Amino acid sequence: MTRRRFLQGALSASAFVRCVAKVPLFAKTAGNVAPGSVAPSIDATAFHPSIFLGIQADGTVLIVAHRTEMGNGVRTSLPRIVADELDADWSRVEVIQGDGDERYGSQDTDGSHSVREFFDTLRETGATARLMLVRAAAQQWGVPEAQCVADPAHVVSHKASNRTIGYGELAALAAKQPVPKKEELKLKSPSEWRYIGKPAPGYDVTDVCAGKPLFGMDVRVDGMLYAAIAHPPVLGGKVKSVDDSATLKFKGVKQTIPIDPFTPPHHFQPLGGVAVIADNTWSAFKGRDALKIEWDNGEHAVYNSPDYKKQLQETARQPGKVVHKIGDPDVEFSKGGKVIEAEYYAPHLAHASMEPPAAVADVQGEKVIVWSPTQNPQGVQEEVAKKLGLKKENVTCHVTFLGGGFGRKSKPDYAVEAAVLSKTTGKPVKVVWSREDDIKFDYFHSVAAMYIKAAVDDKGMPKAWLQRSVFPPISSTFDKDAVYGSDGEMSLGWNVIPFDVPNFRSENGKAVNHVRIGWLRSVANIYHAFAVQSFANELAYAANRDPYDYLLALIGSGHVIDVKQPADVAAKYPYDTTRLRHVAQLAAEKANWGKKKSGNGWGMGIAVHRSFLTYVASVVEVEVDNSGAVRIPNVYTAVDAGIVANPDMVISQFQGAAVFGTSIARTGEITATNGVIDQSNFHNYPVARMNDAPVYVDVQIVESQAPPAGVGEPGVPPFVPALCNAIYAATGKRVRELPLTRNGLF
Amino acid sequence: MVHLKVNGSVQAFDGDPDMPLLWYLRDILGFTGTKFGCGMALCGACTVLEDGKAIRSCSTQMKQLEGHEITTIEGISTHGPHAVQKAWAAVNVPQCGYCQTGQIMQAISLLSSKPHPTDADIDDEMSGNICRCGTYQRIRAAIKEAAKERARSQS
Ligand code: FES
Ligand code: FES
Repeated sequence: MTRRRFLQGALSASAFVRCVAKVPLFAKTAGNVAPGSVAPSIDATAFHPSIFLGIQADGTVLIVAHRTEMGNGVRTSLPRIVADELDADWSRVEVIQGDGDERYGSQDTDGSHSVREFFDTLRETGATARLMLVRAAAQQWGVPEAQCVADPAHVVSHKASNRTIGYGELAALAAKQPVPKKEELKLKSPSEWRYIGKPAPGYDVTDVCAGKPLFGMDVRVDGMLYAAIAHPPVLGGKVKSVDDSATLKFKGVKQTIPIDPFTPPHHFQPLGGVAVIADNTWSAFKGRDALKIEWDNGEHAVYNSPDYKKQLQETARQPGKVVHKIGDPDVEFSKGGKVIEAEYYAPHLAHASMEPPAAVADVQGEKVIVWSPTQNPQGVQEEVAKKLGLKKENVTCHVTFLGGGFGRKSKPDYAVEAAVLSKTTGKPVKVVWSREDDIKFDYFHSVAAMYIKAAVDDKGMPKAWLQRSVFPPISSTFDKDAVYGSDGEMSLGWNVIPFDVPNFRSENGKAVNHVRIGWLRSVANIYHAFAVQSFANELAYAANRDPYDYLLALIGSGHVIDVKQPADVAAKYPYDTTRLRHVAQLAAEKANWGKKKSGNGWGMGIAVHRSFLTYVASVVEVEVDNSGAVRIPNVYTAVDAGIVANPDMVISQFQGAAVFGTSIARTGEITATNGVIDQSNFHNYPVARMNDAPVYVDVQIVESQAPPAGVGEPGVPPFVPALCNAIYAATGKRVRELPLTRNGLF
Repeated sequence: MVHLKVNGSVQAFDGDPDMPLLWYLRDILGFTGTKFGCGMALCGACTVLEDGKAIRSCSTQMKQLEGHEITTIEGISTHGPHAVQKAWAAVNVPQCGYCQTGQIMQAISLLSSKPHPTDADIDDEMSGNICRCGTYQRIRAAIKEAAKERARSQS
């Protein structure tokens, strides 16, 4: 778990780096990727008190978005936090995409922590600049600083003498002010916020709709060659022999280049194989199809999903490693009262972001320039440098827009491929993954088997609860021998449950990995929430109670619970089940829960889950016909994410999460036969389309002054069990194994 | 040699006649607004207009295009954003945005044959276009918005 920033890392002190030293920093807009084009740079501005912010003499404010735009809205939400405290006019702000640069602090855009981790830093950035501008104006006018205010936006005013002066005019003088200490800053109160908490359209919406070349897949560099790579069909496979004679006959194909297999653990290294270099993507693809390769498949050719599933389930039935314990559930179980148990299973998933992985690299001697859709630009620098034996500083990573990421694009293997091929050819090379590459050679979301058992009292409330989960861990990507879930994975909805149960034990069983495992939007929360929230629903029916009432009873009246968070996280973000209860109530109320009787193919289901520090409740309404077709007319979501930067973007994220969750629940399944992934494209790995996605997703955001949490991922985990619970309400059919297609439903 | 028109300009192509239009547009002409998503006519990211009707450029070979007129996202409007693009911005449809040019092309095609589409029409026409970010609800809203706006401007 070295790469993944779980909550511990997410909340570590963020860097407010002032640009006092004259270090050049080349920041370019994500869209402005063409080499040779001059992108505005923070350092070239008249006033740049921080690497995140510069003000030009004409009043244009440049703000760096140092994290990755992949639909999460960070190019809008982060700069608006700076602009707010700066009292800048948003229409005069130009957003610049930060290259990979450790001076920004973490750029690893995963774990739903962009706003959470940088909220304070970015506010301080804006407030610092505002104070320096105010002081510059006071100095220029010879009036006390206290009489000058940044109001209206983008000017400093001296109301007594009716004078105003623009930020642009003040920039040069502001630059001469000493940088104020943190204690001198006056951050605005929430009631004074101009932008934070107010809905705003995406900064790039016009360019996106115009089809501007914003994405990694769109990067074109003079003299660039195109590469498609035949990857080993089984993880760790090697080329035995290759016949490229047919390939080389194709017009447009230039050469083939072997890529070394990785040394385990696979980490973010290229998979190896044979690259076909051509002067366009199509020729590279066609040339690749014509390669005749004999593979040595290696140890993972034993991987067969049906057998593996049995192993996982068998492991889940046996005692595992204890993750957390409260009281002693075994004592209750031995008393011989009523016991309810269930097993759940969720398969591997592929990310299938709309833009398959792609990257351009240009190796020039000791220096490398990479253009990549990446969630992890510093990771690109590191991995490319490591592979080519260069210093990290010698690798420039320009971050393009991402056509979706969902965690896949945190792993820079495809950028390393481009760098290796550019080095070999001496030309800039664009590596293009086909959809088949993307699905077959993903870092898959883990397959998981879970077992839960509860002893209930005469009212059907659990007195004891035991839960075991078994899955090949993400850590196997970094440590070949890792077989247990990391603390991080266990913290994702498994170590502790938010229910008032006096005796509880969570366990984790061993699982040996056979494919690359990686994090996918909300990670282990997906299968953990599926099991826990389905089981809670099963208990409700066993107790003959309304599932919503029962869920509230399980949560209890609300209090802070210990979920084994690091101390600093627990201090700032205590897990307060009052907030969980509240979102459940909001969602149920909006859904008119209980007004209509479930059954006869119609039903509602509810589930709650807190992940990435955000409390979410989902109520899903379904109609299931006799053929097993599931329609989702409505979804009601309630979200408590603390302070939200841009509510419209939050709504988008939760609307999207319901669709993403629909794909997981309905058809999401990756399987292997003899180590080879069976799925390859959207015909056998279908994702939700307009006609099978939820028709309407309602999103209510709880107004809160709690510190910002996360919004990109937390919508996914409760959606899946809420849907399955709705199906039970509608049909009496309990879904214990995902996807629905394994249950005669679709 | 294949002769065709792309965004109003006459073009002659003498490469591999099997090459899909998608790669001709992206790699040879540089119209990268048309996206690659699946290569198998399964996702709609590569949607362009052929003589005004939506087609999947990933599955249309160059040899099929003699004498035809292709319009890509870069060519839908000569003066400012197209009405459909305006509606997309007003509803703030995109998340990552990668699928959206294909969605917009498909919506333009829909509205040209059905100026007042029903929900069922929208489902029928748009379900070939995948949005992995899940913006369908907003796409539907934007199509209705564009239809309304068009009716307003014509009345
Ligand atoms: S790329 Fe053409 S339909 Fe997917
Ligand atoms: S907006 Fe990302 S795929 Fe549609």
